Amino acid sequence: MTMGLWQNWVLPGIWVTVQLLVYSALLGAVVAFGVGMARTHRSRLVRFAATAYTEIFRGVSALVLMFWLFFVVPPLLGWQLVPMWAAVLALGLSYGAYGAEVVRGGLAAVPPAQREAAVALSLTPWQRMRLVLLPQAVPEMLPSFCNLLVELLKGTALVSLLGVGDVSFAAYLVRLATQDSAQIYTAVLVIYFVLALGVTRSMKALERRAKANLGMVVK
Amino acid sequence: MTWDWSAVADFLPSFADGLLVTLQVLVLGSLISFTLGLVWAAGLRGRSRLVRWPVTAVTDFVRTTPLLVQLFFLYFVLPEWGVQFSALTTGTLAIGLHYSTYTAQVYKAGIDAVPAGQWEAARALSLPAHRTWSAVILPQAVRRVAPALGNYVIAMLKDTPLLAGISVLEMLQRARLESADTFQYTEPLTVVGVAFILIAYPASLLVRTLERRLVH
Repeated sequence: MTMGLWQNWVLPGIWVTVQLLVYSALLGAVVAFGVGMARTHRSRLVRFAATAYTEIFRGVSALVLMFWLFFVVPPLLGWQLVPMWAAVLALGLSYGAYGAEVVRGGLAAVPPAQREAAVALSLTPWQRMRLVLLPQAVPEMLPSFCNLLVELLKGTALVSLLGVGDVSFAAYLVRLATQDSAQIYTAVLVIYFVLALGVTRSMKALERRAKANLGMVVK
Repeated sequence: MTWDWSAVADFLPSFADGLLVTLQVLVLGSLISFTLGLVWAAGLRGRSRLVRWPVTAVTDFVRTTPLLVQLFFLYFVLPEWGVQFSALTTGTLAIGLHYSTYTAQVYKAGIDAVPAGQWEAARALSLPAHRTWSAVILPQAVRRVAPALGNYVIAMLKDTPLLAGISVLEMLQRARLESADTFQYTEPLTVVGVAFILIAYPASLLVRTLERRLVH
């Protein structure tokens, strides 16, 4: 494989993959916390809506959702999404639904006495969430979020089917140019593996710091 | 843009064929992942480091890299190595291989969760190894792993559309072909999306019931 193919396709592809990961992780986090906290809401209507959201978005394949956002939404709404943003939207919305389950589980795992104590101190529901529940729940959620982030990184490869120039799409172009599939696809798999390693290492460091703040030690 | 029921009706025969292909991939892929996963799990629990280390490395690598890229790898590289499979076979193998690295973790966790006392009791009764596994350990491990395996079958179902990338005629690929023909994207893609919810939601309810019955 020549230097030019690396510089013009693979390296920019890696950058696009990293951008996709960051943007959809941010959107996913907003969805996860929004929907996850809504599932513990007092109003049955809010809880029902949040549950429906997670069931629907966890039920549909991320790729089908991506195609749907790209091909169906434009004629419905009359505007077109750039492939990159259709991809970020699809990834963020569907992985956010998985994240919502993590958030819900994390909140449920906080000892009930903590909630009762906050009620006894007459904190408002929002203060209870912000000052008592989340600070204890978030460190517990981090390992699950780490797994989800790796899944999301793998999910970003789907965008190549919409023609977004990520590293998987670069692999496709390089294969067409060189007719040597083994080399480029092995290289791209290794690239994903290294990116995933970066994700897990940084999440582990984050978890260690978050738990140290609560006076806990990570093995 | 209005919803056109006749486009739905036109798509249904092709959709039904696609659904069959999807289910076929799902069943065969599950079988491959269940059996291969057991092999990996045995390797992960192997006594020798020479077995454990390579198996850990291979399964971690397969698990943390995208299925789509693995799919293209197998589809384009196997023929270069002189192995020629159809797209459907390649896709089923790729899904089975990918998810076997997940089921391996499930089996391992399930076996590790059997209390140590059970192993010791089997040894105290001087049961031979195959009896220890078949009569003591596995019956207890299976109860714990069945719901988790069920979840991965659902995850596999949601990954079958990736096979459209190598032109396997499953649900999504049928929808793409239909839309390319008629320029009506809304109806075929929506039918496929709804089909996923209609299969995945009852399936996940089933797994949850199973979990309540078996684990607790």
